[in-house]
Amino acid sequence: MKKFLDDRKIHIPSGCGVTGIMDTSGKSISGSDIVTSIINMTERGNGLGSGYAGYGIYPEMKDSYCFHIMYQKDTVIEVTENYLNKKFNLILKEPIPTKNVKTLSYVPILYRYFISPKAELIKLNYETESQTEFFEQDFVSSCVMFINKEIEYAFVFSSGKNMGIFKGVGNPDEIAEFFKIYEYKAYIWTAHNRFPTNSVAWWGGAHPFGLLNWSVVHNGEISSYGINRRYLENFGYYCSLFTDTEVMAYLVDLIIRKHNLSFDILAKIFSAPFWSQIDRMEENEKNFYTYLRIIYGPALVNGPFAIIVTNNNTMVGLSDRTKLRPLVAGKKGSILYIASEEAAIRCVSKELDTVWTPKAGEPVIGKLS
Amino acid sequence: MSKSKFRTDFKIVRDMEKCIKCQACARVCSNDAHVYDNESNSIISYNDKCVGCHFCEDLCPTGALTIKRNIPEIKFNSHWDSYSVYNIIKQAETGGVLLTGMGNDKPFKEYFDHIVLNASQVTNPSIDPLREPMELKTFIGKKPDKIELKYEPYKLEYNKPELKIINYKISTKMPPQLVLETPIMFSAMSYGSISLNAQKSLAKAATEFGTMWNTGEGGLHEDLKPYSKNVIVQVASGRFGVDIDYLESAAAVEIKIGQGAKPGIGGHLPGEKVDTEVSKTRFIPIGSDAISPAPHHDIYSIEDLKQLIYALKEATRYQKPVGVKIAAVHNIAPIATGAVRAGADFVVIDGMRGGTGAAPTVIRDNVGIPIELAIAVVDQRLRDEGIRQQASLIAAGGFRSSADIIKAIALGVDAVYIGTSALISLGCHLCQKCYTGKCNWGIATQDPYLTKRLNPEIGAKRAYNLLRAWSLEIKEMLGGMGINAIESLRGNREQLRGVGLSELELKLLGIKHAGEAW
Repeated sequence: MKKFLDDRKIHIPSGCGVTGIMDTSGKSISGSDIVTSIINMTERGNGLGSGYAGYGIYPEMKDSYCFHIMYQKDTVIEVTENYLNKKFNLILKEPIPTKNVKTLSYVPILYRYFISPKAELIKLNYETESQTEFFEQDFVSSCVMFINKEIEYAFVFSSGKNMGIFKGVGNPDEIAEFFKIYEYKAYIWTAHNRFPTNSVAWWGGAHPFGLLNWSVVHNGEISSYGINRRYLENFGYYCSLFTDTEVMAYLVDLIIRKHNLSFDILAKIFSAPFWSQIDRMEENEKNFYTYLRIIYGPALVNGPFAIIVTNNNTMVGLSDRTKLRPLVAGKKGSILYIASEEAAIRCVSKELDTVWTPKAGEPVIGKLS
Repeated sequence: MSKSKFRTDFKIVRDMEKCIKCQACARVCSNDAHVYDNESNSIISYNDKCVGCHFCEDLCPTGALTIKRNIPEIKFNSHWDSYSVYNIIKQAETGGVLLTGMGNDKPFKEYFDHIVLNASQVTNPSIDPLREPMELKTFIGKKPDKIELKYEPYKLEYNKPELKIINYKISTKMPPQLVLETPIMFSAMSYGSISLNAQKSLAKAATEFGTMWNTGEGGLHEDLKPYSKNVIVQVASGRFGVDIDYLESAAAVEIKIGQGAKPGIGGHLPGEKVDTEVSKTRFIPIGSDAISPAPHHDIYSIEDLKQLIYALKEATRYQKPVGVKIAAVHNIAPIATGAVRAGADFVVIDGMRGGTGAAPTVIRDNVGIPIELAIAVVDQRLRDEGIRQQASLIAAGGFRSSADIIKAIALGVDAVYIGTSALISLGCHLCQKCYTGKCNWGIATQDPYLTKRLNPEIGAKRAYNLLRAWSLEIKEMLGGMGINAIESLRGNREQLRGVGLSELELKLLGIKHAGEAW
């Protein structure tokens, strides 16, 4: 019998295609563009994983968290929902709308829950509102981690507000059709196309990977994985999967949300400049980068990668410090495109204002204006 | 007195056809193993005097000398081996504690030899260190958990290819750091236990390479002040040579609690080695024994250690890292954690293969634990407690090659100390007779006739070469793993696999067995 592997048990190296579209003016774009873009790079995957993330897709429910949960066995639904009911007020539960696609297999049971955390359970903080939000997010992320770690056969694969991740084992066109991506509208879209080296049957292993409002699509293999993972444990993040992308997402959460640093600094932590470059800088800058490298050495992401990181108001593209994986950016009016290949941008927008290849370790940052 | 029943460890073989009776061997041997007899115009060799340092063999211009091991052909007994038998005979004759030098030479399991490294294939590219940057720069000291910045928010332009980070004000205060160009430093070896020329060789090599050397507990000699930017000074239980100038001239201060070769044991530099220079450097009278007590008599507890750490920090106005060196013993994980909580900026753990100038053999060979296990459990415990960033971890104790070092780093240390291998680069042949003060190589002796054999310029070049060669090898191995900065390997145990280790050993080392993927 063929044995299919699971990213929760072993590490599976993958190659990939990534793409992202953002309208920085906040106008919504139909899902068809992102689907066209990723399908153009079908060659970069092998039909064993694709996915999409959209921001602004649940405008009527924008104040509540939306959990997308996949169940591999119906017996765990009750356990999971009991847990959710203990921690959250349920606003709406519904099956994630899907269309039957005959070529897909291992399809899990998919539900989405619009929920808000029970206020009395959140660690009390009387100081400022923004801090209350910080503790609320900590609470939500710990609940997500609990389900993913403790409840076998249940997996929360999307947990942000007014955003959603849709992914599974299949080609990008199949997954798009299955989740009816064409029917959603979002101002940020990202998509991913996976080439795992092994047969993966578990839908949770596909990208984008998300936590709270973060989502990450990632093309790469991280040689520093062992230390990145152990570094995160220092700060209470326990990885439930064996994917590089999970580590990336947690590092983003730590550096941006918890350490309150900006995306351009995150880029310089992930893809730190070489000492030979730092030595040539002016005193001020030299000092800054030296501090960054001393403090965040274990968060340096070493090995080939190109990622697109998104949250509700930002889309960032970044490659590793020697640019071992491709990344191209383009701009047309208020729309920013980032993709593994220029063709994936040109196929949705022929006439670009500018198109450029970001240098190694230089981020492309799109912000809502 | 009857003839000694000591075993002779070596046999001096002289090829009479090659020997030209130049008497060089007779002149140089500090142990009088070769003696020229005027009357018979012949050189007589005494096997019982030979320590196996191979100096004469290297020196002999015609290659007439060969020093062989003399394996005693006593009746085979797998329990009563000749080593035990002859030790008993020695002790029956002397009634004393057996002494030795250098590190534990017993066949304990070499964990490093049961660990293999990873390399990149297909899914991520390996890197050629000859063509691309490969970074070994290492910082020793306490690291803040995060950086805090004050800055004016500015408009980001996403189509600007290069972002410059400007106008940031860092409000985080960076604790003092040592900067190393390679994660390899020279271990503590005091002036007294080794010669000034030996110390000068290491000091010069370290300074030129951009790493650190260590005074040991013997003070800092005047002549070595020019190398003080790269020196870690030790404060040990005898407090020899410690004054404010000593502390102020150093790059860092290390409190020595214990040594891997002799955990729980102090030190004793015999009075005959305390000449004018040693006396001046150690601040003790000429000819007096320099005794380092087993414990610090002002440190009987962890809170006492904290007081000394902070006394030294106060004395150096918080400008220098202050560390603690401890021997790897059973309780190493909680002890090291305690040292970090007591304020140490770095912790040195010295494993049971660590060297010494003199130690009771029974202690050297039976006390302490292997460095590999000590590194693994200390690094893990510090991470479990969430304080790994608060101190750097340095390992010492018998690193034989760059492979041992890179494995130690992947297990979790920031840098390593090398002592024995540094001395081998200066000429040491591991005869283990450092404690006699008769080192023919001019290393472990204060006899001017012997010390002048070690030219510090040549010594420095050789020690520098060793640092260079090992650093290049580390870069090669890193590149193979697809890693271009040493911090991405530090504690990255996914890059290691065990071969032929038990489940418990793998668990303690925190590594998987070869054959297991990620």
